[in-house]
Amino acid sequence: MIDTENVTCDTCTAPAGMTVDASDEASRNWPRVDIEANSYKADFPLFAARPEVVFLDSGATSQRPQCVLDAQADFYRTMNANPLRGLYSLSVEATQAIADVRAQIARFIGVVDEHGRARASEVVFCRNTSEALNIVAKCFAPTVLEPGDEVAITIMEHHSNLIPWQQVCAATGAKLVYLYPTKTGEFSDEEIAAKIGPRTKIVSAAHVSNVLGVENPIAKLAAAVHAQGGHMVVDAAQSIPHMPVDVQELGADFLAFSAHKVFGPMGVGVLWGRAELLDAAEPLLTGGEMIDSVTEQGAVWAPVPEKFEAGTQDAAGIYATGVALDYLERVGLAAVAEREAALTHYAMSRMVELPFVDIIGSIYWDRHHGPISFNVRGIHPHDVASIMDMDGVCIRAGHHCAQPLLTWLGVENLACCRMSLAFYNDKADIDRFIESLQHVWNVFNG
Amino acid sequence: MSLYSSTTFMEHNSHPDYKYEMDAPTHTHDGVNPSCGDELTLTLRVEDGVIEEAAFTGHGCAISQASADIMADLITGESVEEAKCLSRLFLAMIRGEELSEDDFEDLDEAAQLRDISHMPARVKCAELAWRTLDSMLAE
Repeated sequence: MIDTENVTCDTCTAPAGMTVDASDEASRNWPRVDIEANSYKADFPLFAARPEVVFLDSGATSQRPQCVLDAQADFYRTMNANPLRGLYSLSVEATQAIADVRAQIARFIGVVDEHGRARASEVVFCRNTSEALNIVAKCFAPTVLEPGDEVAITIMEHHSNLIPWQQVCAATGAKLVYLYPTKTGEFSDEEIAAKIGPRTKIVSAAHVSNVLGVENPIAKLAAAVHAQGGHMVVDAAQSIPHMPVDVQELGADFLAFSAHKVFGPMGVGVLWGRAELLDAAEPLLTGGEMIDSVTEQGAVWAPVPEKFEAGTQDAAGIYATGVALDYLERVGLAAVAEREAALTHYAMSRMVELPFVDIIGSIYWDRHHGPISFNVRGIHPHDVASIMDMDGVCIRAGHHCAQPLLTWLGVENLACCRMSLAFYNDKADIDRFIESLQHVWNVFNG
Repeated sequence: MSLYSSTTFMEHNSHPDYKYEMDAPTHTHDGVNPSCGDELTLTLRVEDGVIEEAAFTGHGCAISQASADIMADLITGESVEEAKCLSRLFLAMIRGEELSEDDFEDLDEAAQLRDISHMPARVKCAELAWRTLDSMLAE
């Protein structure tokens, strides 16, 4: 149980001196999962190759299971040909492999028609979440934004869901408006009503914050922007490894994520968008494989999704992404969420026992979906991370590509530490993390 | 990484001798390391081409702070030309270039930071004070 009796911290978004009584805590039903046992670690070859490593940076990139590594190699070994181009069966097979993953992803995120059939053509492959969000901001947004219109994002956005909106607002004369959460990390109805109004054409928000770990009320934001005739863009990079993501439940019009944060390879990103919205947008990149016809002076774009997929795609990576999502479904998103909740509960209950650790964000374990950000009093986060590295503990330190958030929170040095969990972590990882935190403190306060 | 376990090094971070506002500096220069958010203002009192007094203010990680304190100690009493030479040596060491035993002797306590070349993420922290000195003296 988290004893919040004496939790006070400078940067915590919980009100200073806030206490929680035991009954409140008990009502939160922390999951009784055996986190000492770990049947998952053996699936991930990195942990065998680097037994000294305690990996608590899955928010930056996850580790990959053997089956994903094998799939990547198998593609090149047994089905390598350039998809789309060839008329021979090998190329046709490669093309089919990509088409299958496209449909699989559509089903995975709930992009299905009323008969449950995948609307695969609405799934666009790109390199990563950043590129996906750039396509939305730079190719779609100009089709709806006029001077004086507004784009609303939250203060907790990753730079990749922030800078493209700054750019498109500057280019179109629209205004970039920020939603600020309450001190407990929630967006109040008043804030939503105040920031999403008749001028709001687009709301874009992280489903889960990469710093605070909090799940944002996407469905509520979507309802608010739809009521104004606008569109909802969801950055699902940090939610997709931790919870079921369904675009219909979320009310999303666009959704972006990266394969490498969800146990797939680096270099594959996914953008889903409603067909009519993608149809209206211009392509970000032009060139090979994205046209229907080309003349000396012009070109006709291919239909979506090819329109957005200029050049040869990372076919092996896409194939391996399909295997990664299969793997995740075998583990089961419910099991993932439950185990991560138990890990988070244990980690936070140990962290609040350390009087020199300030948690940044909610002090409630059940508000964290992967990341737990913190600072060690009087010690720069980069020193913390360097010393923890000496103990083999991998955490991230810095601004986490969220400088406006850290500025708003008033975090010293515009930097903090972040540990981020995945289901392949266990109790021993957290025990070593806590020991290492104590080590950090001792180095400076020996 | 032995820097954090060196008591003398950590002492420069926790009890810096040269971290204060100088009364009448002849030279003032700001340095920033955006990756860590380290900010440093370096001040010198130079008389007849000799650095009579060096001090710094600002905030940052232990490596940037200790490195600044060690540098201030090292260049106090040196000529501007010698300080430039030390700065060249230090930056070469940080980049992992080979230095002679004499060079390391000249760098004295700053030679402790030689291992930082194996921590690429922290090189900018170690360099901050020296780069600030470098651009100050180049003006």
